[in-house]
Amino acid sequence: MNATRVDEEFTSYVHVYEPHRAGLPKLGPYFRALWQRRQFAAELSRTGMRAANTNTTFGQLWLVINPLLLAIVYYILVAIISGGSRGNASETFVHLCAGLFFFYYFSGALQGGASSVVGGSSLLLNMPFPKLLLPLSAVRTAFFRFLPTLIVYVPIHLAFGHPLRWEMVLSLYFLVMLTLFAAGMAMVFGTLQVYFRDTASFLPYFVRIWLYLSPVLWYPELGIERLERAFGDVGWLMYLNPLFSMIGGWTDLIVRGVIPGPELWGAAAAWAIAAMVLGGWYFMSREREFVVRL
Amino acid sequence: MPAAKRRDLAVRAENVSLTYRTTFERVPTFKSAIVRFGRGERAVKEVHAVQDVSFEVEHGSTVGIIGANGAGKSTLMRMLAGILPPTKGRIEVHGRVSTLLSLGVGFNASLSGRENVVLGGLAGGLSRKQIQEKYEEIAAFAELGDFIDMPMRTYSSGMYQRLAFAVAVNMDPDILLIDEALSAGDAKFKQKAAAKMKDVVGTANTMFLVSHSAASIRDLCKEALWLHKGKMMMRGPSAEVNAAYNKFLEVGEDAFSLEDL
Ligand SMILES: Nc1ncnc2c1ncn2[C@@H]1O[C@H](COP(=O)(O)OP(=O)(O)O)[C@@H](O)[C@H]1O
Ligand SMILES: [Mg+2]
Repeated sequence: MNATRVDEEFTSYVHVYEPHRAGLPKLGPYFRALWQRRQFAAELSRTGMRAANTNTTFGQLWLVINPLLLAIVYYILVAIISGGSRGNASETFVHLCAGLFFFYYFSGALQGGASSVVGGSSLLLNMPFPKLLLPLSAVRTAFFRFLPTLIVYVPIHLAFGHPLRWEMVLSLYFLVMLTLFAAGMAMVFGTLQVYFRDTASFLPYFVRIWLYLSPVLWYPELGIERLERAFGDVGWLMYLNPLFSMIGGWTDLIVRGVIPGPELWGAAAAWAIAAMVLGGWYFMSREREFVVRL
Repeated sequence: MPAAKRRDLAVRAENVSLTYRTTFERVPTFKSAIVRFGRGERAVKEVHAVQDVSFEVEHGSTVGIIGANGAGKSTLMRMLAGILPPTKGRIEVHGRVSTLLSLGVGFNASLSGRENVVLGGLAGGLSRKQIQEKYEEIAAFAELGDFIDMPMRTYSSGMYQRLAFAVAVNMDPDILLIDEALSAGDAKFKQKAAAKMKDVVGTANTMFLVSHSAASIRDLCKEALWLHKGKMMMRGPSAEVNAAYNKFLEVGEDAFSLEDL
């Protein structure tokens, strides 16, 4: 729609609608319209959270209790499997919390993004607007559900005897990269859900496997070490998992105060940019077709 | 004078067609795609909802659109609103469009009427301030009382349509698109809505009205446009088109050939 629409800024009066050629809409007008309506994405996320009672005390509490219980479950699991012998127990738990909360931010954005387009179908059928607003709004919701867990992390961190360090500030970089990556993936899965309505039902399995493949239950350098012990000189394979660098960098800075190597910084940025570009391209080149498919 | 500069032109449709490509199953899934692939079936079915329709409408006109179910009326309205890009042809719309399509306000049923109005306005590109200014009028017109702050899933279909209608007419559009708005409203609201539409028409705005009521088309619209299976059968003064349509319904489709018209 926005592709075939003559730029609103300059000729707000005349609209021309023509068949869209395959490919992207005109990016200039598209992003202008997107920016102009950013309030919509925010309001959609806000009202959605209000409807789900996320902003009540119990709603907030649940946002925290749920991942916290999960962290305890996984901690017990890891302790049993590894025989409880290896490493520093308190650090393992704190690392697990930091990684898991961060991962749940990502999976929340992914799942919200997947249902964002189909869930907004009645709006889509009644109003022309840049549809990228829908997955972006889902990412905003996931972020605001992540914030309370981040706040709860601080007392856990302190209670287990870890100091607050200046390196923690650098972790913001990985938070931004994860957010960009999550937005790109939300666009991909939001589009897929239009074409295959069972995408969202496969997603939980997919997310679960991704969690085990990411450095949440284990430390990044340990993963590389194990991979190399098993298969030889193939530790770099770990970087094929985008979350490896993002979660690895995040927990290194937050939990251990270790500044990660340049590979982690670079890989995180590369994956974030790739996801935004590919996700955005996939979504925008399909979005004009959504209406006839809902 | 180039068409784009002519201020009196409201809508021009040139050889507009729209084809839906749908899957056979009600909801497309990976599972069914795999099953179909195994059987070697084609995935999509084409529905030619609107075929080669051309017309021009000037500002200040009111155009009724009539036709059987599935004739393509709603599809044509969606194209005029810019929601569906045409598959072929070209549509030129001069002015701000406000829509009331058959799905009503059609946002999130778990949100209240008020929240839906705000969201709809923001999606439509209005600022918060503009929406605030309109909101009171909308709420007053819809007469929903306390229901305006209740989740919309608690609304009856009549209440739904009242709110949708209130939103559409209070957006001060240059072109108002109304698709079967009043089917579920009660008699009192229908009167009020008809009066409001006359008002809109009176202030030299343009209106397209889809309705199954021949009487409301005759009363509210000077012109009418008759669609049949996606094709435009006739366009002219609403009384004449209505008469032809009624005759067609009585005689049945076989007695007419499209070429005759
Ligand atoms: N989203 C859709 N996907 C596929 N086919 C559709 C869709 N919407 C409408 N159609 C088909 O297009 C034709 C015209 O529909 P519509 O414009 O809703 O007709 P009307 O409003 O005149 O009843 C019908 O055959 C209908 O089945
Ligand atoms: Mg219809």
